[in-house]
Amino acid sequence: MKQFLLALLLLSGLAAPAAAQAPASAAPPPEIVKAIAEVASSDGAVQEAAAVALGKSGDRKILPLLEALREGSVFVRPLPGGKKDTVIVGDKVTEGDKTLVPLFTAYGREPIAGADGKPLLVDVTTLEEVSSGRSLRLAIRPLIDAFSGHAQLADPDWTVRKGAATKMGNSGDPGAIPNLTEALGKEKDRWVRYELEQAIAQIQLKAGSDAERAAAATKLGALASEDSLDRLREVAADGGAAPPVRQAAADAVKRVERWALLTSTIQIGFQGLSLGSILLLMALGLAIVFGLMGVINMAHGELMALGAYTTFVIQGWFQAHAPGAFDYYFLVSLPLAFLVSGAAGFALERGVIRFLYGRPLETLLLTWGVSLMIQQGLRLWFGAANVDVLAPKWLSGGIPVMVGLQLPYNRLFIVGLAVVAVTGMYFVLFRTDAGLRIRAVTQNRGMAACLGVRSRRVDAFTFALGAGLAGLAGCALTQIGNVGPELGQNYIVDSFMVVVTGGVGKLAGTIVAAAGIGGLNKIIEPGLGAVFGKVAILVLVILFIQRRPSGLFAAKGRYADS
Amino acid sequence: MRTRERWVLLAAAAVVVLVLPALNALPKGSPLHVSDFTLNLFGKFLTYAILALGIDLIWGYAGVLSLGHGVFFGLGAYAMGMHLMLEIGTQGVYRNVLPDFMVWNRVTELPLFWKPFYSAWFTLLAVVVVPGVVAGIFGFLTFRSRIRGVYFSIITQALALCAWLTFNRNAMNLGGTNGLSGFKTIFGFPLNEAATQRGLYVASAIGLCLAFLLCRAIVRSPAGKVLVAIRDSETRVLFCGYSPAAFKLFVFVVSAVLAGVAGALYVGQVGIITPARIGVLPSIEMIIWVAVGGRGTLLGPVVGAVGVNWLQSLLTTHYPDLWILVLGGMFIAVVLFFPEGVVGTLQRAFGRFRRVSRDFRFDQAGGERPPLLPQTPPPPRGPRP
Repeated sequence: MKQFLLALLLLSGLAAPAAAQAPASAAPPPEIVKAIAEVASSDGAVQEAAAVALGKSGDRKILPLLEALREGSVFVRPLPGGKKDTVIVGDKVTEGDKTLVPLFTAYGREPIAGADGKPLLVDVTTLEEVSSGRSLRLAIRPLIDAFSGHAQLADPDWTVRKGAATKMGNSGDPGAIPNLTEALGKEKDRWVRYELEQAIAQIQLKAGSDAERAAAATKLGALASEDSLDRLREVAADGGAAPPVRQAAADAVKRVERWALLTSTIQIGFQGLSLGSILLLMALGLAIVFGLMGVINMAHGELMALGAYTTFVIQGWFQAHAPGAFDYYFLVSLPLAFLVSGAAGFALERGVIRFLYGRPLETLLLTWGVSLMIQQGLRLWFGAANVDVLAPKWLSGGIPVMVGLQLPYNRLFIVGLAVVAVTGMYFVLFRTDAGLRIRAVTQNRGMAACLGVRSRRVDAFTFALGAGLAGLAGCALTQIGNVGPELGQNYIVDSFMVVVTGGVGKLAGTIVAAAGIGGLNKIIEPGLGAVFGKVAILVLVILFIQRRPSGLFAAKGRYADS
Repeated sequence: MRTRERWVLLAAAAVVVLVLPALNALPKGSPLHVSDFTLNLFGKFLTYAILALGIDLIWGYAGVLSLGHGVFFGLGAYAMGMHLMLEIGTQGVYRNVLPDFMVWNRVTELPLFWKPFYSAWFTLLAVVVVPGVVAGIFGFLTFRSRIRGVYFSIITQALALCAWLTFNRNAMNLGGTNGLSGFKTIFGFPLNEAATQRGLYVASAIGLCLAFLLCRAIVRSPAGKVLVAIRDSETRVLFCGYSPAAFKLFVFVVSAVLAGVAGALYVGQVGIITPARIGVLPSIEMIIWVAVGGRGTLLGPVVGAVGVNWLQSLLTTHYPDLWILVLGGMFIAVVLFFPEGVVGTLQRAFGRFRRVSRDFRFDQAGGERPPLLPQTPPPPRGPRP
């Protein structure tokens, strides 16, 4: 039976490309012609048998007919000479008082042309509707599913192929095995192959002979298939299963668990890295401003929120005016978020902060006031609820790195952005004249001013730069978190901890502290939970500061305590 | 001058402690009647004023800005709240000995740390000791390693965030997000009676007076002078042989205890304490009361706490969206234009007025006006060598 099906499948696989080359000339094989005629029968049992036969044929040109049967758009057309023809009708057209419908062939759904060469339009009353009862529709459904699964296995997009394989594995339908085996033979992509093998083994584990089940269990163990862990556990605990099967399943469970431990460890490391990157993006701007001017910018979080809302607005513009280029909105948002937040930062510095140099506690309160006002402004303008920022297509999904471990693109992007931002910052600070001036003012404001550096201008520029970095961070955050008026509040305390731990005005300190706090957070979290993890971090930071009161990389010398 | 100030303060205290509750006791129809609601509102403001006094002590005098005082306020409030919760007994919705939220969370036995709170005396002790000890440990660790200035502010803000996160957890058995509420009696007196509320108001008012006297004693003592010196130049104080850390620790603990007492008085009058009152935002709001009133003066925080909260309750009833904007604007305006706050600015203006009026009187008497600047003759200049 299996071999027969396989042969049929192979045949249909061969037939399909041939049909694609010459669509008009392809004539259906005789048994299909017979079945198509029988589908239109008034006897429900005959109809069902014919439909099943059509489904079993595996011919993809039958799919439109099956779908049309389900929708009830199959009709019988009387032909001259007493013959009858089964046809599919298209959407209705009203012309005068008549309702006309275009006709399509039952095999392949090709439009039927009239004598004049134009598509044939026929009055619906001259046709006879083929009734499709409930039992027929129920019988057709799995047939269509099999067709679509089969079609998806040949889809050019590998994620679709992978998804189809997973779905078939989950269905546990032994009928899917030939399809899967066939796809496996053709498949080149490593991850789809993996998914196909897993699906076959899963099906065999569920409904195979004892030998097959044991082999499938071993195979799943070798594949380190975390998806099948529950099933394997069930089999291992199933008293009714044969001992070798149970043994194989138990071994497989052990193997899968060991692998899962490895992948989860790597996963935690990566999550720590990505959290650290976010903290770094935020703390970078804070740290430069604090190091240069001694200003604690409590509104930094809101500058970040401004960047996030800029992204939201740009997204809305693209949706309204350029839906075709939607995927690129994010690339436009990145620089714009930088500019918007940078401009806001510049205005903040020129407007109020410059009056408060040398009074860090006052600037802290003032910027807090500013942050409240920006926050409330955002709330009044955009509403208190979170807004939706859709991910562009190229940032959804991820790269599968090893079995059971996928690195999401959005997180990778943020890590990359942090690397770029840090590199850019290094370049600006150490390779440009502006950076030289920033460093000079950071080290000794009075002396720098004496030597002709316009320190006030450097301040404004640096503040705007720091604010711009916050905007960039906000833009990146839209891809991994909620965008709401309180966005800034959720991260501000963490990024201050990074600045405090890292030491003032030292890029290296900020980087190490961000990575350290991000990583620690993710390491502690699984054991203690998110909340107590945060508390533990605070305790650790306080204890750390006991040892190194001015951070990891403290400024040394006379200006260390000014 | 000193005596006159004392009389003014005594009169103010008398109004707050005696007159308002007396007016509340008047019959409803009387034109001078103060409604229960208003009295309750002012009672709440007075507890805030106690808290603000503590903040002023550490910020206005010692120059240490703590953004975590909501935590100490919350510790006092929760200690009191736990006692009030246990006083409900079986009168709760579920008729259980356990507080309602524990029944709701399927806690079958009273957690160990709740048990001592059956005792009223223990509770009163805890209101003082728990915030004090927490502040002591935290302050010891931070001041010892010379964390100061904005570093200290940021660490205390993180403390507020952590406390908020922790108190929000149901696993802490402190009511989670909903906090503690539904109290029926306080030390046996029913809370929904006007007389009890009046009593609590008077207790808050007396507490405020005592806190004021305590702060005044501290500020006027030699230790108070050292605190001001620390504010102005900590390094110099250190080099003079004092230990700034010890002084700061002392005043931090006192201020935390004041916050705890304020919290305990608050709970009885407001009837609910939730984590929302101890987080980052309320903690920094407390700072603005002091800043608006005038830090570095003892009257300032009282005026600021009552004034700002009064404004808040007026604004939030009529323009709820506007309040946050006004609050933010207040932060900016106070820092930029009135760094001395209302009381400080008035004091200065009054001082100038007094000086001018004195000059005026001097003129009337026909005498000579004293010079604005001390006039020292220029040093004699010899011929250049």
